[in-house]
Amino acid sequence: MITQTLIRALDRKALFVVALLLFIAVAVPVSNLYLPEGHPLRVPDHFVPLFGKYLTYAMLALALDLVWGYCGILSLGHGAFFALGGYAMGMYLMRQIGDRGVYANPVLPDFMVFLNWKELPWFWHGFDMFWFAALMVVAVPGLLAFVFGWLAFRSRVTGVYLSIISQAMTYALLLAFFRNDMGFGGNNGLTDFKDILGTPIQSGTTRAVLFAASAIALALAFLVCSAIVRSKLGKVLVAVRDAESRTRFLGYRVDNYKLFAFTASAIIAGIAGALYVPQVGIINPGEFAPANSIEIVIWTAVGGRGTLIGPIIGAVLVNAGKSWFTGVLPEFWLFALGGLFVAVTILLPKGIVGAFTGGWSALKARRASARAEEGTNLSGDLKTSPAE
Amino acid sequence: MGRQETLLYLDGVSVSFDGFKAINNLSLIVGHNELQAIIGPNGAGKTTMMDIITGKTRPDEGDVYFSGTVDLTKLDEAAIAELGIGRKFQKPTVFESHTIRDNLELALKKPRDVFSAWFYQPDDKDTARIDEILDMVRLTARAQELAANLSHGQKQWLEIGMLLAQDPQLLLVDEPVAGMTDAETVETAKLLKDIATTRSVVVVEHDMSFIRDLAARVTVLAEGSVLAQGSLDHVSADPRVIESYLGR
Ligand SMILES: Nc1ncnc2c1ncn2[C@@H]1O[C@H](COP(=O)(O)OP(=O)(O)O)[C@@H](O)[C@H]1O
Ligand SMILES: [Mg+2]
Repeated sequence: MITQTLIRALDRKALFVVALLLFIAVAVPVSNLYLPEGHPLRVPDHFVPLFGKYLTYAMLALALDLVWGYCGILSLGHGAFFALGGYAMGMYLMRQIGDRGVYANPVLPDFMVFLNWKELPWFWHGFDMFWFAALMVVAVPGLLAFVFGWLAFRSRVTGVYLSIISQAMTYALLLAFFRNDMGFGGNNGLTDFKDILGTPIQSGTTRAVLFAASAIALALAFLVCSAIVRSKLGKVLVAVRDAESRTRFLGYRVDNYKLFAFTASAIIAGIAGALYVPQVGIINPGEFAPANSIEIVIWTAVGGRGTLIGPIIGAVLVNAGKSWFTGVLPEFWLFALGGLFVAVTILLPKGIVGAFTGGWSALKARRASARAEEGTNLSGDLKTSPAE
Repeated sequence: MGRQETLLYLDGVSVSFDGFKAINNLSLIVGHNELQAIIGPNGAGKTTMMDIITGKTRPDEGDVYFSGTVDLTKLDEAAIAELGIGRKFQKPTVFESHTIRDNLELALKKPRDVFSAWFYQPDDKDTARIDEILDMVRLTARAQELAANLSHGQKQWLEIGMLLAQDPQLLLVDEPVAGMTDAETVETAKLLKDIATTRSVVVVEHDMSFIRDLAARVTVLAEGSVLAQGSLDHVSADPRVIESYLGR
């Protein structure tokens, strides 16, 4: 039963994406570590964490697409789940510093010593163990999404209202994490990491491994999402998106379906955040900024929502564009991003991937109708490609 | 008929929207395997009555019982649907970005929880049932097309097919022949009569020739309550019905 669901998730397109990601997971680290400096095929050192960061963004966009593209829930607070996963990882990395901090306190992170704290707050316990931190990476965003979704979906908050309260959620967390007495390092956040799993976090090998882990995690997330959207569960999600009350009158508990998608999505976003933090070397409250969550929506819209490949392409392209733009014309990046969003909404309402598949099926339909006309079968109805 | 013998039992039901009484002390009974037609002028409260039965609207007062014992006013839409009440909307509502076959698969009577849906595989029986329904609603040839491509009348049929797939005991069918050709209308009457041999069907319609084809007991609704009841000939001879509905 479960294996069948998994097999169905692996159609040709999905297989291609997974194979490509696994190839990247191996090829980029190998090329960076083993090819000699100056070799044309060598991926330069600074590209490894940069591309790794793009992959975690892609995973975040994929997570958003599961709820927005497939279930019609436009979350404007997904950055919060990403940031919470990131903080959980950051707390582990802080505890790994041990007595190598400026104040050389074996237990307390520097910022706590600076604040004159004598003891580790209760919620920092356990984060010296990787397995515990990994559990929290999943549990904290998952639990927040579950509680938030439970309250919102049960009281049938939908559409723009849901978007607004999700934005309010991330904003509230932004304000909370800015406060020093919250115990998460205030506006400086968590940084100056030294080790991860006992290996130096800055070393080339660690960076290569983190890159590979990001690619593999993205591939797994893609598989899980694919297994969801290609099953009857995915069809119900789309039904909820398109005609929520009809779905209810068929006997489906729409709130449970939304809650499942929302929680699963938050967990994926949390894992992405946990992979992001060691590669960029810092997590601070800025990650909760409402603008970040809106950017995720733009990546997804640009790539094509309601497709699983779209958000991945969108996240990588827009962020590559951002890296380039902030290098040459930093003041104009936000204008470029806004312009891109407007242009995509008007010109490519289904995003890059939607435009491609739309063009492809229109071409196929034209060929098919040409064949029908050549043949004797004149009754064949010349259907154009569906509007959806 | 006592409440215990009825399939659907409404007694003294009222609901008002901002002081306007859309349903006013309405009492109505539907028996097992009964086909009942409901007519009445626009705004009489026909759709609102279905909203009450299916849990979309809560009545201000009155009793609504299913199978004589289940109090529908305490349940939500999903629970009522799972009990065995299916509904076709006045405006045909199908899942446009799904294929016709998938629309039926979604409606098919199966466990409705998230994880059952995730790991669902149609077995031979399910496939056969969907094929059978496709045949009944004449959509076999288009099973793999998106529902968005269907004409208005065909969407109505698909929605009736979805009702059948749900395998309900009671079907509430709101204006099923709107947008259909005369021939399709005749076919629809046949189909509904056929369905009513094994389940109860309540049909709301304006089309008088269609109501005549149904040859069912007719309830006339006006201003939220029952004006007259009986055969079509009986109610169309009623002077109050003529004044409030037919005469206009
Ligand atoms: N949700 C609602 N809010 C306010 N008024 C409503 C609502 N639903 C129905 N009504 C009113 O109740 C009356 C009955 O409507 P309806 O049941 O749709 O009539 P019918 O289906 O018989 O044409 C109408 O006057 C309509 O405007
Ligand atoms: Mg109506």
